[in-house]
Amino acid sequence: MTQPSTVNDESVTYGLRVNGREHGVQAGWLGESLLYVLRERLGLPGAKNACEQGECGSCSVLLDDVLVCACCVLGADAVGSDIRTVEGIGQPDSLTDVQCAFLAEGAVQCGFCTPGLIVAVHDLLDRSPDADELAVREAISGNLCRCTGYGRIFAAVAAVQRERADA
Amino acid sequence: MSVARPTTVADAIDALSAAPDADLLAGGTDFMVEVNFGHRRPRRIVALRRVDELRGWRRVDGVYDLGALVTYRQIEDELADELPAFAAAARTVGSPQIRNAGTIGGNIGTASPAGDALPLLAALDAQVVCDGVDGRRTMPLREFIVGPKQIERRDGELIARVRFDRCRGPQHFLKVGQRNAMAISLVSLALVADIDARRVRVGIGSAAPRPVRPAEAEAFASAAIDWTTGDIAPDDVAAFADMVAAATSPITDHRGTAEYRVHAVAVLARRALQRAVRDLADGPDIADGPEMRRQR
Ligand SMILES: Cc1cc2nc3c(=O)[nH]c(=O)nc-3n(C[C@H](O)[C@H](O)[C@H](O)COP(=O)(O)OP(=O)(O)OC[C@H]3O[C@@H](n4cnc5c(N)ncnc54)[C@H](O)[C@@H]3O)c2cc1C
Ligand code: FES
Ligand code: FES
Repeated sequence: MTQPSTVNDESVTYGLRVNGREHGVQAGWLGESLLYVLRERLGLPGAKNACEQGECGSCSVLLDDVLVCACCVLGADAVGSDIRTVEGIGQPDSLTDVQCAFLAEGAVQCGFCTPGLIVAVHDLLDRSPDADELAVREAISGNLCRCTGYGRIFAAVAAVQRERADA
Repeated sequence: MSVARPTTVADAIDALSAAPDADLLAGGTDFMVEVNFGHRRPRRIVALRRVDELRGWRRVDGVYDLGALVTYRQIEDELADELPAFAAAARTVGSPQIRNAGTIGGNIGTASPAGDALPLLAALDAQVVCDGVDGRRTMPLREFIVGPKQIERRDGELIARVRFDRCRGPQHFLKVGQRNAMAISLVSLALVADIDARRVRVGIGSAAPRPVRPAEAEAFASAAIDWTTGDIAPDDVAAFADMVAAATSPITDHRGTAEYRVHAVAVLARRALQRAVRDLADGPDIADGPEMRRQR
Protein backbone atom coordinates (compact mmCIF):
# COMPACT_ATOMS: atom_id res chain seq x y z
CA MET A 1 0.00 0.00 0.00
CA THR A 2 1.42 3.36 -0.90
CA GLN A 3 0.60 6.74 0.48
CA PRO A 4 -1.86 8.44 -1.83
CA SER A 5 0.02 10.51 -4.32
CA THR A 6 -0.94 14.10 -4.11
CA VAL A 7 -0.74 17.45 -5.64
CA ASN A 8 1.04 19.19 -2.81
CA ASP A 9 0.58 22.84 -2.28
CA GLU A 10 3.36 22.76 0.26
CA SER A 11 5.43 20.18 2.07
CA VAL A 12 5.52 19.88 5.82
CA THR A 13 8.53 20.02 8.09
CA TYR A 14 8.74 19.06 11.73
CA GLY A 15 11.04 17.39 14.23
CA LEU A 16 10.61 13.95 15.79
CA ARG A 17 12.46 12.33 18.67
CA VAL A 18 13.04 8.69 17.81
CA ASN A 19 15.03 6.39 20.09
CA GLY A 20 16.35 9.42 21.92
CA ARG A 21 17.61 11.16 18.80
CA GLU A 22 16.15 14.28 17.19
CA HIS A 23 15.31 13.96 13.51
CA GLY A 24 14.13 16.58 11.07
CA VAL A 25 11.28 15.36 8.90
CA GLN A 26 10.56 16.70 5.47
CA ALA A 27 7.18 15.21 4.76
CA GLY A 28 5.55 15.27 1.37
CA TRP A 29 2.17 15.92 2.82
CA LEU A 30 0.36 16.39 6.04
CA GLY A 31 -1.34 13.02 6.19
CA GLU A 32 1.76 10.81 6.32
CA SER A 33 1.51 8.22 9.06
CA LEU A 34 4.26 7.83 11.62
CA LEU A 35 4.96 4.44 10.05
CA TYR A 36 5.51 5.98 6.64
CA VAL A 37 7.65 8.76 8.11
CA LEU A 38 9.82 6.30 10.03
CA ARG A 39 10.37 4.05 7.06
CA GLU A 40 10.42 6.40 4.10
CA ARG A 41 11.54 9.74 5.52
CA LEU A 42 13.87 8.68 8.33
CA GLY A 43 15.25 5.43 6.94
CA LEU A 44 14.16 3.40 9.95
CA PRO A 45 12.59 0.31 8.40
CA GLY A 46 12.31 -1.70 11.63
CA ALA A 47 8.59 -1.05 12.01
CA LYS A 48 7.03 -3.08 9.21
CA ASN A 49 4.14 -2.16 6.98
CA ALA A 50 1.73 -4.96 6.28
CA CYS A 51 -1.81 -3.62 6.52
CA GLU A 52 -1.85 0.11 7.27
CA GLN A 53 -5.09 -0.39 9.14
CA GLY A 54 -4.13 -1.28 12.68
CA GLU A 55 -4.84 -4.98 12.22
CA CYS A 56 -1.47 -6.70 12.14
CA GLY A 57 0.74 -5.02 14.74
CA SER A 58 3.88 -5.34 12.59
CA CYS A 59 4.31 -1.55 12.91
CA SER A 60 4.11 -1.56 16.75
CA VAL A 61 6.11 1.23 18.41
CA LEU A 62 6.05 2.94 21.77
CA LEU A 63 4.69 6.47 21.77
CA ASP A 64 5.47 8.04 25.14
CA ASP A 65 5.78 4.51 26.54
CA VAL A 66 2.41 3.41 25.18
CA LEU A 67 2.27 0.57 22.67
CA VAL A 68 0.51 1.72 19.50
CA CYS A 69 0.37 0.96 15.80
CA ALA A 70 2.55 3.51 14.01
CA CYS A 71 0.28 3.29 10.98
CA CYS A 72 -2.54 4.75 13.09
CA VAL A 73 -0.47 7.71 14.32
CA LEU A 74 -0.21 10.88 12.28
CA GLY A 75 3.50 11.63 11.89
CA ALA A 76 2.98 15.32 12.50
CA ASP A 77 1.05 14.53 15.69
CA ALA A 78 4.01 12.66 17.17
CA VAL A 79 5.98 15.90 17.53
CA GLY A 80 7.27 16.33 21.07
CA SER A 81 6.70 12.69 21.96
CA ASP A 82 9.24 9.99 22.71
CA ILE A 83 9.07 7.42 19.97
CA ARG A 84 10.76 4.08 20.47
CA THR A 85 11.11 1.62 17.63
CA VAL A 86 12.76 -1.78 17.45
CA GLU A 87 15.95 0.00 16.31
CA GLY A 88 16.11 1.54 19.79
CA ILE A 89 15.65 -1.76 21.59
CA GLY A 90 18.85 -3.74 20.84
CA GLN A 91 21.73 -3.58 18.47
CA PRO A 92 22.98 -6.29 16.13
CA ASP A 93 25.99 -6.86 18.37
CA SER A 94 24.07 -6.53 21.64
CA LEU A 95 20.68 -8.14 21.37
CA THR A 96 18.25 -7.92 24.26
CA ASP A 97 17.19 -10.95 26.26
CA VAL A 98 13.89 -11.01 24.39
CA GLN A 99 15.61 -10.96 21.02
CA CYS A 100 18.02 -13.72 22.08
CA ALA A 101 15.15 -15.85 23.34
CA PHE A 102 13.27 -15.42 20.05
CA LEU A 103 16.33 -16.72 18.23
CA ALA A 104 17.04 -19.54 20.68
CA GLU A 105 13.45 -20.77 20.72
CA GLY A 106 12.95 -20.54 16.96
CA ALA A 107 10.26 -17.89 17.32
CA VAL A 108 11.39 -16.23 14.07
CA GLN A 109 10.65 -17.70 10.69
CA CYS A 110 10.12 -15.16 7.93
CA GLY A 111 10.64 -12.48 10.56
CA PHE A 112 8.13 -9.99 9.26
CA CYS A 113 6.14 -9.90 12.48
CA THR A 114 9.23 -10.03 14.68
CA PRO A 115 10.04 -6.32 15.15
CA GLY A 116 6.47 -5.57 16.25
CA LEU A 117 6.46 -8.58 18.56
CA ILE A 118 9.80 -7.61 20.09
CA VAL A 119 8.44 -4.15 20.90
CA ALA A 120 5.18 -5.60 22.25
CA VAL A 121 6.89 -8.25 24.38
CA HIS A 122 9.35 -5.76 25.88
CA ASP A 123 6.41 -3.52 26.71
CA LEU A 124 4.52 -6.39 28.34
CA LEU A 125 7.45 -7.65 30.41
CA ASP A 126 8.34 -4.12 31.53
CA ARG A 127 4.80 -3.54 32.76
CA SER A 128 4.00 -7.01 34.06
CA PRO A 129 7.06 -9.23 34.47
CA ASP A 130 4.92 -12.02 35.94
CA ALA A 131 2.27 -12.02 33.23
CA ASP A 132 0.57 -15.42 33.13
CA GLU A 133 -0.05 -17.28 29.91
CA LEU A 134 -3.44 -15.69 29.33
CA ALA A 135 -2.00 -12.22 29.84
CA VAL A 136 0.81 -12.99 27.38
CA ARG A 137 -1.69 -14.22 24.81
CA GLU A 138 -3.79 -11.12 25.30
CA ALA A 139 -0.78 -8.81 25.13
CA ILE A 140 0.32 -10.06 21.72
CA SER A 141 -3.17 -10.61 20.32
CA GLY A 142 -2.68 -7.55 18.14
CA ASN A 143 0.50 -8.94 16.56
CA LEU A 144 -0.23 -11.34 13.75
CA CYS A 145 2.28 -14.03 12.86
CA ARG A 146 1.54 -16.14 9.83
CA CYS A 147 4.46 -18.52 10.17
CA THR A 148 5.20 -19.78 13.63
CA GLY A 149 1.82 -20.76 14.99
CA TYR A 150 2.79 -18.78 18.12
CA GLY A 151 3.91 -21.78 20.15
CA ARG A 152 7.56 -20.82 19.86
CA ILE A 153 6.78 -17.19 20.55
CA PHE A 154 5.10 -18.16 23.83
CA ALA A 155 8.07 -20.37 24.61
CA ALA A 156 10.41 -17.42 24.03
CA VAL A 157 8.41 -15.16 26.34
CA ALA A 158 8.36 -17.85 29.02
CA ALA A 159 12.11 -18.32 28.66
CA VAL A 160 12.72 -14.61 29.23
CA GLN A 161 10.44 -14.67 32.27
CA ARG A 162 12.35 -17.60 33.75
CA GLU A 163 15.71 -15.99 33.03
CA ARG A 164 14.72 -12.66 34.52
CA ALA A 165 13.23 -14.37 37.58
CA ASP A 166 16.52 -16.26 38.15
CA ALA A 167 18.69 -13.20 37.61
CA MET B 1 -1.95 22.49 5.24
CA SER B 2 -1.55 22.64 8.99
CA VAL B 3 -1.65 20.59 12.15
CA ALA B 4 -2.58 22.39 15.37
CA ARG B 5 -1.50 20.71 18.59
CA PRO B 6 -3.36 22.54 21.36
CA THR B 7 -2.93 21.63 25.03
CA THR B 8 -6.15 23.13 26.38
CA VAL B 9 -9.77 23.07 25.24
CA ALA B 10 -9.64 26.86 24.91
CA ASP B 11 -6.67 26.63 22.54
CA ALA B 12 -8.35 23.84 20.60
CA ILE B 13 -11.40 26.06 20.13
CA ASP B 14 -9.16 28.93 19.04
CA ALA B 15 -7.58 26.64 16.47
CA LEU B 16 -11.04 25.58 15.31
CA SER B 17 -12.24 29.14 15.03
CA ALA B 18 -9.27 29.88 12.79
CA ALA B 19 -10.16 26.82 10.70
CA PRO B 20 -13.75 25.75 11.38
CA ASP B 21 -13.60 23.06 8.72
CA ALA B 22 -10.54 21.42 10.30
CA ASP B 23 -10.61 17.69 11.00
CA LEU B 24 -10.29 16.65 14.62
CA LEU B 25 -7.83 13.90 15.44
CA ALA B 26 -7.81 11.87 18.66
CA GLY B 27 -6.28 8.37 18.82
CA GLY B 28 -6.20 8.10 15.03
CA THR B 29 -7.42 4.50 14.88
CA ASP B 30 -10.31 5.38 12.57
CA PHE B 31 -8.93 8.60 11.13
CA MET B 32 -5.54 7.32 9.99
CA VAL B 33 -6.96 4.19 8.41
CA GLU B 34 -9.14 6.45 6.25
CA VAL B 35 -6.14 8.63 5.42
CA ASN B 36 -3.87 5.67 4.65
CA PHE B 37 -6.40 4.31 2.20
CA GLY B 38 -7.04 7.65 0.55
CA HIS B 39 -10.61 7.91 1.81
CA ARG B 40 -9.92 11.09 3.71
CA ARG B 41 -7.70 13.96 2.63
CA PRO B 42 -7.27 16.27 5.59
CA ARG B 43 -6.19 19.79 4.78
CA ARG B 44 -6.18 21.09 8.31
CA ILE B 45 -6.05 19.05 11.47
CA VAL B 46 -6.61 19.92 15.10
CA ALA B 47 -4.95 17.15 17.09
CA LEU B 48 -6.44 16.72 20.55
CA ARG B 49 -4.01 14.20 22.06
CA ARG B 50 -2.29 16.78 24.29
CA VAL B 51 -5.43 18.28 25.80
CA ASP B 52 -5.12 16.90 29.33
CA GLU B 53 -8.50 18.17 30.51
CA LEU B 54 -10.17 15.79 28.03
CA ARG B 55 -8.29 12.78 29.37
CA GLY B 56 -9.67 11.82 32.75
CA TRP B 57 -13.04 10.85 34.17
CA ARG B 58 -14.79 11.56 37.45
CA ARG B 59 -18.00 10.75 39.24
CA VAL B 60 -19.58 13.63 41.09
CA ASP B 61 -22.92 13.38 42.88
CA GLY B 62 -23.93 10.27 41.01
CA VAL B 63 -23.04 11.64 37.59
CA TYR B 64 -20.25 10.13 35.52
CA ASP B 65 -18.32 12.67 33.54
CA LEU B 66 -15.85 11.20 31.04
CA GLY B 67 -13.44 13.25 28.94
CA ALA B 68 -13.58 12.59 25.21
CA LEU B 69 -10.00 11.30 25.25
CA VAL B 70 -10.71 8.49 27.72
CA THR B 71 -9.29 5.37 26.05
CA TYR B 72 -10.57 1.81 26.04
CA ARG B 73 -7.48 0.93 28.05
CA GLN B 74 -8.55 3.38 30.76
CA ILE B 75 -12.09 2.00 30.75
CA GLU B 76 -10.71 -1.53 31.17
CA ASP B 77 -8.22 -0.55 33.87
CA GLU B 78 -10.11 2.10 35.81
CA LEU B 79 -13.84 1.51 35.35
CA ALA B 80 -14.18 -2.27 35.51
CA ASP B 81 -15.57 -2.17 39.06
CA GLU B 82 -17.97 0.69 38.53
CA LEU B 83 -19.14 0.05 34.99
CA PRO B 84 -18.53 -3.63 34.29
CA ALA B 85 -20.48 -3.63 31.03
CA PHE B 86 -18.48 -0.67 29.75
CA ALA B 87 -15.24 -2.44 30.62
CA ALA B 88 -16.52 -5.60 28.93
CA ALA B 89 -17.27 -3.59 25.80
CA ALA B 90 -13.84 -1.94 25.92
CA ARG B 91 -12.12 -5.32 26.21
CA THR B 92 -13.70 -6.45 22.94
CA VAL B 93 -12.28 -3.55 20.94
CA GLY B 94 -9.48 -4.32 18.48
CA SER B 95 -6.18 -5.21 20.12
CA PRO B 96 -4.10 -3.82 22.99
CA GLN B 97 -2.54 -1.33 20.56
CA ILE B 98 -5.96 -0.12 19.41
CA ARG B 99 -7.31 0.06 22.96
CA ASN B 100 -4.27 2.07 24.04
CA ALA B 101 -5.01 4.69 21.40
CA GLY B 102 -8.74 4.59 20.65
CA THR B 103 -11.00 6.98 22.57
CA ILE B 104 -14.70 7.27 23.35
CA GLY B 105 -14.79 10.70 21.71
CA GLY B 106 -13.46 9.07 18.55
CA ASN B 107 -16.01 6.25 18.78
CA ILE B 108 -18.81 8.82 18.95
CA GLY B 109 -17.10 10.97 16.31
CA THR B 110 -17.02 8.04 13.90
CA ALA B 111 -20.57 7.06 14.85
CA SER B 112 -20.26 3.67 13.24
CA PRO B 113 -23.31 1.51 13.92
CA ALA B 114 -20.74 -1.02 15.17
CA GLY B 115 -19.15 1.38 17.68
CA ASP B 116 -18.74 -0.73 20.80
CA ALA B 117 -18.88 2.12 23.31
CA LEU B 118 -22.27 3.18 22.02
CA PRO B 119 -24.78 0.52 23.17
CA LEU B 120 -24.08 1.00 26.87
CA LEU B 121 -23.94 4.78 26.52
CA ALA B 122 -27.31 4.64 24.76
CA ALA B 123 -28.76 2.39 27.47
CA LEU B 124 -27.57 4.85 30.10
CA ASP B 125 -29.10 7.82 28.25
CA ALA B 126 -25.68 9.44 27.96
CA GLN B 127 -25.37 13.10 27.05
CA VAL B 128 -22.71 14.42 24.71
CA VAL B 129 -21.12 17.70 25.72
CA CYS B 130 -19.66 19.75 22.86
CA ASP B 131 -17.48 22.81 23.28
CA GLY B 132 -17.04 25.22 20.42
CA VAL B 133 -16.71 28.74 19.17
CA ASP B 134 -20.35 29.37 20.12
CA GLY B 135 -20.02 27.94 23.60
CA ARG B 136 -21.16 24.67 25.08
CA ARG B 137 -24.02 22.43 23.94
CA THR B 138 -25.26 19.29 25.64
CA MET B 139 -27.45 16.80 23.87
CA PRO B 140 -28.54 13.19 24.22
CA LEU B 141 -26.17 10.77 22.47
CA ARG B 142 -29.12 9.28 20.65
CA GLU B 143 -29.92 12.63 19.09
CA PHE B 144 -26.29 13.54 18.53
CA ILE B 145 -25.82 10.44 16.36
CA VAL B 146 -28.19 10.98 13.47
CA GLY B 147 -27.21 8.07 11.24
CA PRO B 148 -24.34 5.85 10.22
CA LYS B 149 -21.19 7.97 10.49
CA GLN B 150 -23.27 11.12 10.87
CA ILE B 151 -23.24 13.30 13.94
CA GLU B 152 -24.74 16.64 14.89
CA ARG B 153 -21.34 18.25 15.30
CA ARG B 154 -21.18 21.79 14.05
CA ASP B 155 -18.14 23.37 12.44
CA GLY B 156 -15.88 24.79 15.08
CA GLU B 157 -17.05 22.31 17.71
CA LEU B 158 -15.43 19.37 19.46
CA ILE B 159 -16.84 16.59 21.59
CA ALA B 160 -15.52 17.43 25.04
CA ARG B 161 -17.25 15.03 27.41
CA VAL B 162 -19.78 12.27 27.83
CA ARG B 163 -22.05 12.30 30.86
CA PHE B 164 -24.56 9.89 32.34
CA ASP B 165 -26.22 9.23 35.66
CA ARG B 166 -24.92 6.46 37.80
CA CYS B 167 -27.23 3.48 37.55
CA ARG B 168 -27.25 0.88 40.32
CA GLY B 169 -27.82 -2.73 39.37
CA PRO B 170 -26.47 -5.52 37.20
CA GLN B 171 -25.19 -4.62 33.74
CA HIS B 172 -23.96 -6.74 30.86
CA PHE B 173 -22.45 -6.23 27.42
CA LEU B 174 -22.45 -8.95 24.80
CA LYS B 175 -21.06 -8.89 21.28
CA VAL B 176 -21.06 -11.23 18.34
CA GLY B 177 -18.23 -10.89 15.84
CA GLN B 178 -16.76 -13.13 13.21
CA ARG B 179 -14.16 -14.30 15.69
CA ASN B 180 -13.09 -13.47 19.22
CA ALA B 181 -10.12 -11.17 18.75
CA MET B 182 -9.98 -8.04 16.65
CA ALA B 183 -13.55 -8.34 15.45
CA ILE B 184 -15.97 -5.59 14.53
CA SER B 185 -19.44 -6.22 15.96
CA LEU B 186 -21.94 -8.11 13.88
CA VAL B 187 -24.36 -7.19 16.64
CA SER B 188 -23.83 -6.06 20.19
CA LEU B 189 -26.08 -5.42 23.13
CA ALA B 190 -25.83 -3.73 26.51
CA LEU B 191 -28.40 -4.38 29.21
CA VAL B 192 -28.72 -2.55 32.50
CA ALA B 193 -31.15 -3.59 35.24
CA ASP B 194 -31.73 -0.29 37.00
CA ILE B 195 -32.74 -1.43 40.49
CA ASP B 196 -33.75 2.03 41.74
CA ALA B 197 -36.12 2.77 38.86
CA ARG B 198 -36.94 -0.96 38.50
CA ARG B 199 -36.33 -0.56 34.84
CA VAL B 200 -34.56 -2.68 32.28
CA ARG B 201 -32.59 -0.54 29.85
CA VAL B 202 -31.14 -1.90 26.62
CA GLY B 203 -28.84 -0.49 23.94
CA ILE B 204 -28.27 -2.38 20.69
CA GLY B 205 -25.39 -1.90 18.26
CA SER B 206 -24.87 -2.84 14.59
CA ALA B 207 -28.54 -3.57 14.13
CA ALA B 208 -29.78 -0.24 12.76
CA PRO B 209 -28.30 3.00 11.39
CA ARG B 210 -27.67 4.14 14.94
CA PRO B 211 -27.89 2.66 18.44
CA VAL B 212 -31.38 1.37 19.24
CA ARG B 213 -33.36 1.50 22.47
CA PRO B 214 -36.17 -1.09 22.28
CA ALA B 215 -38.72 0.82 24.37
CA GLU B 216 -41.51 -1.73 24.22
CA ALA B 217 -39.24 -4.61 25.19
CA GLU B 218 -37.78 -2.58 28.04
CA ALA B 219 -41.22 -1.78 29.46
CA PHE B 220 -42.28 -5.40 29.10
CA ALA B 221 -39.26 -6.83 30.92
CA SER B 222 -39.39 -4.16 33.62
CA ALA B 223 -42.92 -5.22 34.46
CA ALA B 224 -42.24 -8.96 34.10
CA ILE B 225 -39.36 -9.11 36.59
CA ASP B 226 -39.94 -9.62 40.29
CA TRP B 227 -37.36 -7.08 41.37
CA THR B 228 -36.96 -8.44 44.89
CA THR B 229 -36.26 -12.04 43.91
CA GLY B 230 -35.04 -11.67 40.34
CA ASP B 231 -37.70 -14.11 39.18
CA ILE B 232 -39.04 -13.93 35.65
CA ALA B 233 -41.04 -16.52 33.74
CA PRO B 234 -39.08 -18.24 30.94
CA ASP B 235 -41.84 -17.35 28.49
CA ASP B 236 -41.41 -13.72 29.40
CA VAL B 237 -37.67 -13.89 28.74
CA ALA B 238 -38.40 -15.35 25.32
CA ALA B 239 -41.05 -12.72 24.60
CA PHE B 240 -38.60 -10.00 25.66
CA ALA B 241 -35.93 -11.36 23.32
CA ASP B 242 -38.39 -11.35 20.40
CA MET B 243 -39.45 -7.78 21.17
CA VAL B 244 -35.83 -6.63 21.30
CA ALA B 245 -35.17 -8.24 17.93
CA ALA B 246 -38.32 -6.67 16.48
CA ALA B 247 -37.02 -3.22 17.39
CA THR B 248 -33.99 -3.58 15.11
CA SER B 249 -33.66 -2.92 11.39
CA PRO B 250 -30.30 -4.38 10.41
CA ILE B 251 -28.81 -4.54 6.96
CA THR B 252 -26.99 -7.30 5.13
CA ASP B 253 -23.33 -6.47 4.54
CA HIS B 254 -20.01 -8.24 4.09
CA ARG B 255 -19.99 -9.23 7.77
CA GLY B 256 -23.39 -10.88 7.95
CA THR B 257 -26.97 -10.99 6.80
CA ALA B 258 -29.84 -8.98 8.24
CA GLU B 259 -31.59 -12.23 9.08
CA TYR B 260 -28.64 -13.51 11.07
CA ARG B 261 -28.36 -10.22 12.92
CA VAL B 262 -32.01 -10.31 14.00
CA HIS B 263 -31.51 -13.85 15.22
CA ALA B 264 -28.30 -12.99 17.07
CA VAL B 265 -29.82 -9.92 18.74
CA ALA B 266 -32.59 -12.09 20.21
CA VAL B 267 -29.99 -14.54 21.53
CA LEU B 268 -27.96 -11.75 23.11
CA ALA B 269 -31.07 -10.16 24.62
CA ARG B 270 -32.15 -13.41 26.22
CA ARG B 271 -28.68 -14.15 27.52
CA ALA B 272 -28.15 -10.66 28.92
CA LEU B 273 -31.51 -10.63 30.69
CA GLN B 274 -30.91 -14.09 32.15
CA ARG B 275 -27.55 -12.96 33.48
CA ALA B 276 -28.99 -9.79 34.95
CA VAL B 277 -31.83 -11.53 36.77
CA ARG B 278 -29.40 -14.13 38.05
CA ASP B 279 -27.36 -11.27 39.50
CA LEU B 280 -30.54 -9.90 41.11
CA ALA B 281 -31.33 -13.32 42.55
CA ASP B 282 -27.79 -13.59 43.91
CA GLY B 283 -28.65 -10.68 46.14
CA PRO B 284 -28.02 -7.04 46.76
CA ASP B 285 -24.28 -7.48 46.92
CA ILE B 286 -24.13 -7.89 43.18
CA ALA B 287 -26.99 -5.56 42.39
CA ASP B 288 -25.54 -2.70 44.37
CA GLY B 289 -22.16 -2.62 42.74
CA PRO B 290 -18.79 -2.80 44.44
CA GLU B 291 -18.95 0.56 46.05
CA MET B 292 -22.04 -0.27 48.09
CA ARG B 293 -20.46 -3.59 48.96
CA ARG B 294 -17.46 -1.81 50.32
CA GLN B 295 -19.62 0.43 52.48
CA ARG B 296 -21.38 -2.51 54.04
C1 LIG C 1 -7.71 -2.71 13.97
C2 LIG C 1 -8.87 -1.93 14.47
C3 LIG C 1 -9.84 -2.56 15.22
C4 LIG C 1 -10.94 -1.85 15.69
N1 LIG C 1 -11.87 -2.51 16.43
C5 LIG C 1 -12.94 -1.83 16.90
C6 LIG C 1 -13.92 -2.50 17.69
O1 LIG C 1 -13.83 -3.69 17.96
N2 LIG C 1 -14.98 -1.77 18.14
C7 LIG C 1 -15.10 -0.43 17.87
O2 LIG C 1 -16.07 0.19 18.31
N3 LIG C 1 -14.19 0.22 17.13
C8 LIG C 1 -13.12 -0.45 16.63
N4 LIG C 1 -12.20 0.22 15.87
C9 LIG C 1 -12.43 1.61 15.52
C10 LIG C 1 -11.78 2.65 16.42
O3 LIG C 1 -10.70 2.11 17.13
C11 LIG C 1 -12.78 3.26 17.42
O4 LIG C 1 -13.89 3.79 16.77
C12 LIG C 1 -12.11 4.35 18.28
O5 LIG C 1 -12.97 4.65 19.36
C13 LIG C 1 -11.80 5.63 17.52
O6 LIG C 1 -11.21 6.54 18.44
P1 LIG C 1 -9.92 7.41 18.06
O7 LIG C 1 -9.58 8.19 19.26
O8 LIG C 1 -8.87 6.55 17.50
O9 LIG C 1 -10.56 8.34 16.93
P2 LIG C 1 -9.90 9.03 15.66
O10 LIG C 1 -9.55 8.00 14.67
O11 LIG C 1 -8.85 10.00 16.07
O12 LIG C 1 -11.16 9.86 15.16
C14 LIG C 1 -12.33 9.20 14.72
C15 LIG C 1 -13.34 10.22 14.20
O13 LIG C 1 -13.88 10.98 15.26
C16 LIG C 1 -13.56 12.35 15.12
N5 LIG C 1 -13.20 12.79 16.47
C17 LIG C 1 -12.25 12.27 17.28
N6 LIG C 1 -12.26 12.88 18.48
C18 LIG C 1 -13.23 13.82 18.42
C19 LIG C 1 -13.72 14.79 19.33
N7 LIG C 1 -13.23 14.91 20.58
N8 LIG C 1 -14.72 15.60 18.93
C20 LIG C 1 -15.25 15.47 17.69
N9 LIG C 1 -14.84 14.58 16.78
C21 LIG C 1 -13.84 13.77 17.13
C22 LIG C 1 -12.45 12.41 14.12
O14 LIG C 1 -12.47 13.62 13.39
C23 LIG C 1 -12.75 11.23 13.24
O15 LIG C 1 -13.73 11.54 12.31
C24 LIG C 1 -11.07 -0.47 15.40
C25 LIG C 1 -10.08 0.18 14.66
C26 LIG C 1 -8.98 -0.54 14.20
C27 LIG C 1 -7.92 0.18 13.42
S1 FES D 1 0.83 -1.95 9.38
FE1 FES D 1 0.16 -1.01 11.19
S2 FES D 1 -1.00 -2.55 12.13
FE2 FES D 1 -0.52 -3.44 10.21
S1 FES E 1 7.61 -15.21 11.47
FE1 FES E 1 6.60 -14.90 9.58
S2 FES E 1 4.90 -13.69 10.20
FE2 FES E 1 5.77 -14.26 12.07
